[in-house]
Amino acid sequence: MSGTAAVVEKPKTYWVAPISYPAPASSGKTGLWRTERPVIHLEKCVKCLYCWLYCPEDTILRREDDYVYVDYDYCKGCGICAAVCPTNAIDMVPEGGES
Amino acid sequence: MPLRLADLPRRRYGSPGNAACPGCPETMGLRYVKMALGDNVVLVIPAGCSSVIQGIRPKSGINFPILNIVFASAASAASGMSSAFEMLGQDVKVVVWAGDGGTADIGFQALSGAAERNDDIIYICVDNEAYMNTGIQRSGLTPYGAWTTTTWTGKTEPKKPLPFIVLAHNVPYVATATVGYPQDFIEKLRKAATIRGFKYIHLHAPCPVGWRFDPSLTAKIAQLAVQTGAFILFEYENGRFRLSPYSGMYRDPKRRVPLEEYLKLQGRFQTVLKDPQKLEMLRAEIDEMWRWALLLEKGMASPELKK
Amino acid sequence: MVLKALTANHAVAEAAKLARVKVVSAYPITPQTTIVEKLAEMIEKGEMEAKMVRVESEHSALAATLGAAAAGARAFTATSSHGLLYMHEVLWWTSGARVPVVMAVVTRAIGPPWNIHVEHSDVMDQRDTGWIIGVAQENQEAFDLTLQAFRISEDPRVYLPMIVSLDAFILSHTVAPVDVPSQQEVDAWLPSRRQPYVISPETNVVMGNIADDADYYMMRYSINAAMEAAKKVVEEVDEEYGKAFGRRYGGLVECYNCDDADYIMVLMGSWAGDAKKASDLLREKGYRVGVMRVRFVRPWPREVVQEKLSNRKGVIVFDRSISFGSAGQLFTDVAASLYGSTSIRGVVAGLGGVDVRPEDFMNEVTDFVSHVEEFGRVYEPLRWHLPPKYAKSLAEEVSA
Ligand SMILES: Cc1ncc(C[n+]2csc(CCOP(=O)(O)OP(=O)(O)O)c2C)c(N)n1
Ligand code: SF4
Ligand code: SF4
Ligand code: SF4
Ligand SMILES: [Mg+2]
Repeated sequence: MSGTAAVVEKPKTYWVAPISYPAPASSGKTGLWRTERPVIHLEKCVKCLYCWLYCPEDTILRREDDYVYVDYDYCKGCGICAAVCPTNAIDMVPEGGES
Repeated sequence: MPLRLADLPRRRYGSPGNAACPGCPETMGLRYVKMALGDNVVLVIPAGCSSVIQGIRPKSGINFPILNIVFASAASAASGMSSAFEMLGQDVKVVVWAGDGGTADIGFQALSGAAERNDDIIYICVDNEAYMNTGIQRSGLTPYGAWTTTTWTGKTEPKKPLPFIVLAHNVPYVATATVGYPQDFIEKLRKAATIRGFKYIHLHAPCPVGWRFDPSLTAKIAQLAVQTGAFILFEYENGRFRLSPYSGMYRDPKRRVPLEEYLKLQGRFQTVLKDPQKLEMLRAEIDEMWRWALLLEKGMASPELKK
Repeated sequence: MVLKALTANHAVAEAAKLARVKVVSAYPITPQTTIVEKLAEMIEKGEMEAKMVRVESEHSALAATLGAAAAGARAFTATSSHGLLYMHEVLWWTSGARVPVVMAVVTRAIGPPWNIHVEHSDVMDQRDTGWIIGVAQENQEAFDLTLQAFRISEDPRVYLPMIVSLDAFILSHTVAPVDVPSQQEVDAWLPSRRQPYVISPETNVVMGNIADDADYYMMRYSINAAMEAAKKVVEEVDEEYGKAFGRRYGGLVECYNCDDADYIMVLMGSWAGDAKKASDLLREKGYRVGVMRVRFVRPWPREVVQEKLSNRKGVIVFDRSISFGSAGQLFTDVAASLYGSTSIRGVVAGLGGVDVRPEDFMNEVTDFVSHVEEFGRVYEPLRWHLPPKYAKSLAEEVSA
């Protein structure tokens, strides 16, 4: 008996669990917060992955070939990716303007 | 072994759609914890921005299992968890992720207790130099002269030299790191994970909201803090102290980037920049940190005392 | 089973060991200290297979206990008085987390001035925190209740933390014979730990992030539902414990000399023994008086209190604590349950460990009886049973 973890058993009274599980969108589609969007010009990209490394949101994604793209559903438009890109391959473009 | 970014697996390390402000250093730092330690981790998080960043139940915007806990006792809750996993024969890394307030102020007693007991946890203090979650009030880790909503004309006391205070507990591992140099932070975390006992990592985390800078500058300001000497990167391992390479090159003040370059990007230091006397006081605070570091580098720590 | 001469503190430590607690975290405070000391000794000697987190405060003690329990280990802590008040924040956090935990509280007065003697203000101050609170009268019951606490707290109908309350010195430091079952007997009776979730890399559970207000509200509703369910669980556990070990206590309350009683004394803790003696002596004098000993303060045994007390001539509640500006806490709960159906008086006595003897109970009861007989219906929330040293002078002051 000793050394075994507790058995997880469902509560038998009315229950609203004070627990969660990690998942995207715990605050909704945060892409809606954006006032500027990062636009990546792959022709300038050298695949250094700095944008991917520094993006706080995990919204720079890597393709199989390690070129990068943006998850606009959740990107908050902070501009860090553009600021750290050594080749200026990322432009911050006002939302609602040209794409 | 230097870390190659391309070697890090393509996967999600963070949890997008969370409640952090744009440009948040805490969400940045949490991704690095995942990159460094992987999935065999439980986080303990006291009150602070990171309790809010998780967003709303039943989802959580931080990509780890978490015990959220009251403000003052993160280290103790982690000690309890770590003891339980040990008794249950499970090898799990228990990591505290606490703010500067939750570490240097209200949580200091619990931190010191866990360090003194050498409990087997990794304690990360994410230092954004104020109580951000409650709206930018001063903490013991706010630097001299910085504006906060409880120090309107600038803080009148210097920053508490917390990493050195933890180091004085003679724990097996103490390091400083910054979101400006993620690879350095990741390597330190990985090393900490191989050591048994109490490990402390102090993570410098510039906050655009509280420090009053543009959110695109988080990484840049973090790097400038190191390049100007305002934040020192080091490692203390089994009684041996070593400046990390990024700070090693700024041992000589003449080689540092002028402090003003760091300060002028931040709204919170505007009164310091206008007042030469205040600027000198801030320099003195930074010099004092360097004095500590260089003293330790010369071998003040006694290896016999190590735990 | 073996009969051992044990203080209640050592009996509680013995029970925690037999429950196979895996993590203990506690901080010394008189009169709880000998629980921590005993557990440390048993762990260091290898008699108990557990880890002790020797924390630097009570706030940390409960946080560490909660951390261990959330990770899936049976965990235990103990405290008193200031230590309990210092923990207060974490009590709420623990019940809100719905993580089963057991804590012994050796009830003691609260300063200033410093006073280490028995008083129930510390544990009564925790009534609203969502913890089940059981109160022992004797050493044996402190032992039994501690074992039972794991079963109650870990029952899937409950999943709430539980306090086992025992009185300072009168129990904590006084040796009495305690019937201690063997490890095999306890293993056969106490199932392995159950809990609603475990936080680990495997489960990926996150406990405690922000909930929307309606969900928060319903979590509170569910704590209360669990409290209500705990009433039945307490009775069941009492009965099953009786079957296994031969001792039953009556569940949420214990009634003594109650069946034909006109008047009933209500109280909790060790002084119930003196009240029972007083009831016997009063009966010799022709007063039909009984005692209702409250064994569980939370969940509040509203139904039993109503059933057992409603049709009496009078109910007199003795509180060893006070809610300043109101009355004794037991009184307010009893009075609310009876909603004026009988005469009732609240007496605050024995604060700071002031001795209350059977004669004191007898005098209070006879005074109450003559009052009821003279005035009919009586509702008197707060009467001070003053220490002898002050009783006379205050009476003179009032009449002057
Ligand atoms: C006991 C207690 N006191 C005060 C608070 C309010 N509070 C919540 S977070 C916080 C400040 C957190 O600051 P820090 O630890 O630096 O974390 P940050 O928000 O900056 O990440 C305060 C004061 C609380 N939750 N609990
Ligand atoms: S703008 Fe900010 S959030 Fe969006 S991809 Fe770039 S770094 Fe990430
Ligand atoms: S930082 Fe610039 S160059 Fe580097 S991967 Fe991103 S877009 Fe490409
Ligand atoms: S206030 Fe600063 S640390 Fe807090 S969530 Fe916003 S950016 Fe992050
Ligand atoms: Mg902070």
